[in-house]
Amino acid sequence: MSAIPRLPLTRNIRRGAAPFSRAEYEQADGYLAVRDTLGKVEPASLIALIAASGLGGCGGGGFPTGRKWQLMPGKDQRPGPRYLLINADEMEPGTFKDRLLLEGDPHQMIEGIILSAYALQADHAYIFVRGEYLTAIERLNHAIAEAEAAGLIGENILGSGFDLSVQVHGGAGRYICGEETALLNSLEGRRAIPRSKPPFPQVNGLWGCPTIVNNVETICNVPHIVRYGADWYRGLGVNGALGTKIYGVSGRVRNPGTFELPMGTPMRDMIEDHAGGMKDGYRLTAVLPGGASTAFLMAENLDVPMTFADMAKHGTRLGTGTAIVLDDKTCPVGFIANLQQFFARESCGWCAPCRDGLPWVERTLKSIEAGEGRATDLDLLLEMTGNLGPGRTFCALAPGAMASLQSGLQYFGPVFEQHIATKACPWT
Amino acid sequence: MSIVERQPPLDATERAAIAELIAHYPTARAAAIDSLKYVQQRRRYVSDGTLHEVAHLLGMSAAELDEVATFYNLIYRKPVGEKVILLCDSISCWITGRDQLAAHIHQRLGIRQGETTADGRFTLLPIVCLGDCDHAPVMMVGDTLHGNVDTAALDAIFQPAESDTP
Repeated sequence: MSAIPRLPLTRNIRRGAAPFSRAEYEQADGYLAVRDTLGKVEPASLIALIAASGLGGCGGGGFPTGRKWQLMPGKDQRPGPRYLLINADEMEPGTFKDRLLLEGDPHQMIEGIILSAYALQADHAYIFVRGEYLTAIERLNHAIAEAEAAGLIGENILGSGFDLSVQVHGGAGRYICGEETALLNSLEGRRAIPRSKPPFPQVNGLWGCPTIVNNVETICNVPHIVRYGADWYRGLGVNGALGTKIYGVSGRVRNPGTFELPMGTPMRDMIEDHAGGMKDGYRLTAVLPGGASTAFLMAENLDVPMTFADMAKHGTRLGTGTAIVLDDKTCPVGFIANLQQFFARESCGWCAPCRDGLPWVERTLKSIEAGEGRATDLDLLLEMTGNLGPGRTFCALAPGAMASLQSGLQYFGPVFEQHIATKACPWT
Repeated sequence: MSIVERQPPLDATERAAIAELIAHYPTARAAAIDSLKYVQQRRRYVSDGTLHEVAHLLGMSAAELDEVATFYNLIYRKPVGEKVILLCDSISCWITGRDQLAAHIHQRLGIRQGETTADGRFTLLPIVCLGDCDHAPVMMVGDTLHGNVDTAALDAIFQPAESDTP
């Protein structure tokens, strides 16, 4: 019997070593939650438990998982296939947390899927893994085969009458697949173009059937909440937050990496204590708290707890919780230009503001960075943050792109002006 | 050039494999990406002829399948080298010097983004964040992920390719 964990998601993960086999996972009390739940607990009470835990979506949005699940029509209302789709299409620049969970403990992922699918009475689960995550795909397939052999996946699981198939679907690229309705199109063998909402996937998802799309980290929390309860989960956080989070940081810090910490841990603690602070000779200018589509958090605000609500107070978002550090030896204009290059290339091309606006933004920023900017460029960029902002485009890709640009213009205005006035980048 | 410009028709093994992929989904077209990836693994890229044949097996028109094939950056509709180099150009790798690595690749192999070496060994393509940012700069060469890449590491990776060349 293992002790009650404080950092549940990573408790089985041995970095640099092979993940637990099914036997090892079960020795560490793995699949106990499945054995205690299937056929013994009402699916509806499992959904109520997840709602009570306050678990929020860990893909970047933070939407309450229980509420999302409650929006799926019941099996009696909507007979026919029901799907659980795991979004493992991790492609947000600077984000590398789901890789840790998929490679480090695939059985935790599988157990989360079994429990979640049971709660939702879904008969099929797909794990949509980005095509480049070859190790994750291989380990998941191995874990699925082990679970099938042990009767944990398949027909009439553990005699409960519940049937579930689990299948890994490898992607073929494109960031937009991470948008949940684009993910549906991609899995159906179409271009990954977002669908209009409503109807939401919960009602009308894969092949028109009720479908819940959840992030890897979200579902990996489920076995622990089922086993230890909603109160235990709520008690894991600090500074008023719930649960734990796989945070991470990259850039010029001493020890870039991923760290499971109590939700609500201040950004400064992660960067200074866990990542060892900045490398010698570098100072921190600002941070993107959770991937390329979050706004800058400036150095003076580093004590903010890493929660969805606290980040919003500083005009940014927690996003994926994996931070990117902008240091004093890196040009903010070049930094933002690189982000816009990413978004311009990854636009699916469906709606004009995104398809045509983002390349315009990219070229304007690159010309400023190259010393060819004009005084009117800053007004143009500011205007674009409005034209490509929330409500102006079909999905959140372009508004996400504007987060770094808008906050960059706000915080680094003099740096932009200096580039234009001196016709050169001061950093080169 | 060692790159094959024409591809033979799908053989029985390939047809059976695609039928098996289709069986995993409620609709045949859901196996489109799996099927394209499968034939590409065997043939390195997806030629027009191959695309037509795969489309037929999936019950799609060639135009419909090409619409899918050209959308996804890991499906190659033109010949590529024996190994594709995916050098990350997203933010964490840009901060840690991926532009210098691209310059070194150009100097060493004579290729820029989108180009293939004259001996057909390598194609260099851009790629978004590979999700290994704590080891930036990062790249994939074929199926292998390389982290903390520097110019010495690049030289080591490209060395065997050159020594094989007569």
